Amino acid sequence: MAFGPFLLLALLEGTVTAAVLALTAVGLSLVFGVMRVVNVAHGEFFMLGAVVAWFVTAAMPGHPALGFSAALLIAPLVVASVAMLADRLVLKRLNYDPEATIVATIGLLYILQQTALTFYGPDARPVAAPFIWRIQTPWFGYSGYKLFVVAAAVVILLSVWAFMTRSRAGLIMRATQIDRQTAQAFGINVDRVYAGTFALGAALAAVAAVLVVPIQQAHYLMGGDPLLLSFIVVIIGGLGSLRGTLAAALIIGLGDGVISMFFSPTLAKIIATLLVALVLVFRPQGLFGAKP
Amino acid sequence: MTDTAKVWGLHIGVLAGLLAAQHLLPVYYANQLARILILAIFAMGYNIAHGYTGLLSLGHALFFAIGMYGAGLAVWQVEWTAFPALGIGLVAGGVSAGVVGLLALRTSGVSFMIVTLMFAQAGYLTILYFGTYTGGDEGFVVEAVGRQVFGYNLAHDGPRATAAFALFAIALLTNLWLVRSPFGRVMVAMRENEDRSRMLGYNPFRIKLIVLVISGVYAGLAGAAYGILFGYVGASFATVQYSILPLLYSLLGGAGTVLGPVLGTALMFALIEMASLVTSAQLLVVGVALVALVLFAPRGLLGAVRERWLKWLP
Repeated sequence: MAFGPFLLLALLEGTVTAAVLALTAVGLSLVFGVMRVVNVAHGEFFMLGAVVAWFVTAAMPGHPALGFSAALLIAPLVVASVAMLADRLVLKRLNYDPEATIVATIGLLYILQQTALTFYGPDARPVAAPFIWRIQTPWFGYSGYKLFVVAAAVVILLSVWAFMTRSRAGLIMRATQIDRQTAQAFGINVDRVYAGTFALGAALAAVAAVLVVPIQQAHYLMGGDPLLLSFIVVIIGGLGSLRGTLAAALIIGLGDGVISMFFSPTLAKIIATLLVALVLVFRPQGLFGAKP
Repeated sequence: MTDTAKVWGLHIGVLAGLLAAQHLLPVYYANQLARILILAIFAMGYNIAHGYTGLLSLGHALFFAIGMYGAGLAVWQVEWTAFPALGIGLVAGGVSAGVVGLLALRTSGVSFMIVTLMFAQAGYLTILYFGTYTGGDEGFVVEAVGRQVFGYNLAHDGPRATAAFALFAIALLTNLWLVRSPFGRVMVAMRENEDRSRMLGYNPFRIKLIVLVISGVYAGLAGAAYGILFGYVGASFATVQYSILPLLYSLLGGAGTVLGPVLGTALMFALIEMASLVTSAQLLVVGVALVALVLFAPRGLLGAVRERWLKWLP
């Protein structure tokens, strides 16, 4: 294959990565923005979404699209309830202290991951794509499902944006983000906002995982990479800024696709992690954030 | 008895107890104890940064692994013996902590945690990327030449136990001396109120950098010793898990106490040992312990003991 088509393939793969990453990272960014909680267990919510999707599709006979649609509904709900439970039982009791919550979510990470190992097992298992459709370019064939993933991610991200900027619940969340005490003084139930935000963030990760699981199998250790990449995206985009998160997801996704294709996936990750460390040191507001 | 006498008496007593345990325990447990003592050095170094100075790092696996690889590669590539290899590991740990500190200490709190985490992750990936020199995922075995010290073979149970104990004893007494020295008081001042310490004329950046280097030296020494005593160097020691473990050990035993890390390490080993009888998901214990500790016992065991009974515990 010549260089041009190769680059096209790399960019396509990068776009898919970016779409999934944007969904996952927006969840993390939302939680950090509103609650000031760095959720290290976010990748495990992603993994949980994929595992639940496997259980749902395995339990539903008939056309794969049926099971997939059911998973797309059930997995986020299940994961959101787990997240809400974690918020009630652990995070709330810590008063959302930043350092204590990091340690606690690290614990949560191990609990979720090892529970998945116990009940789901150490195997990687595939989930059938809801439809099979190949797009033939002159140089290579490309899976139509991957393009569906991109489209679905765009639709969901637009709804999140509309929710945050146009709905009353979104307004309340933004008010809590800007000033917790004043929000409370105006009669906003901050505890409920926090529980809802944490659940929403986890649900977004679960949706991303359901979308990705026909491409990449469900495995109990699959949460590590999405966690690392979401961290990278959220920090480069500016902690708590949704627009920055999206821009950074696109850059990191495409960059990852291109560097992985032409050099090595490991090198792509080394560059990205070092970039994050340096951004935090020299530009803590993120590449796209305004000066505080 | 004065407090000083009590403090030194207690710590030397603990060391004597450990030495006796090494000789009385069956071979399997004596070997586990050697492992505990080496990891406790790592946890002690972590505790100097986190428990005493308030620097919550999530990247100590990097210093541990650099010490381990420094020593391991010195044996593998240039056939050094155990003693100089240990030295190079110790220096490598301190230098890497210094370099990371120069950048990471410009941030604080949550940013500091993430920056150190990212540097450690980059280090882990670098080990995988240069697989030809580091053995990549599989790691490598430390050859016999690197496990010789003064004519003793550290691959044998007896000399290994003695070496582990000697290193631990030096690390513990240094730690005790450090935290009781004037510099130790400044470390605690940094943790309690950085702004006020600055106003009193201390330079927080300089103090924290020195602390991080000391902590890195401990981690590097522990990593090098682990590689040499147990004969294996691998990338798994550079994963995030090895940054979490010393945090867990020192939190469990009591962050900001000299004996906390070793107590926490031993207890965690015992817990995991018991859990492995029941389930293959051993890390579940680590997760539950972390959550339970931050929720119910943020000061750890010895922290609680100090608060209630032994006010003089360093």
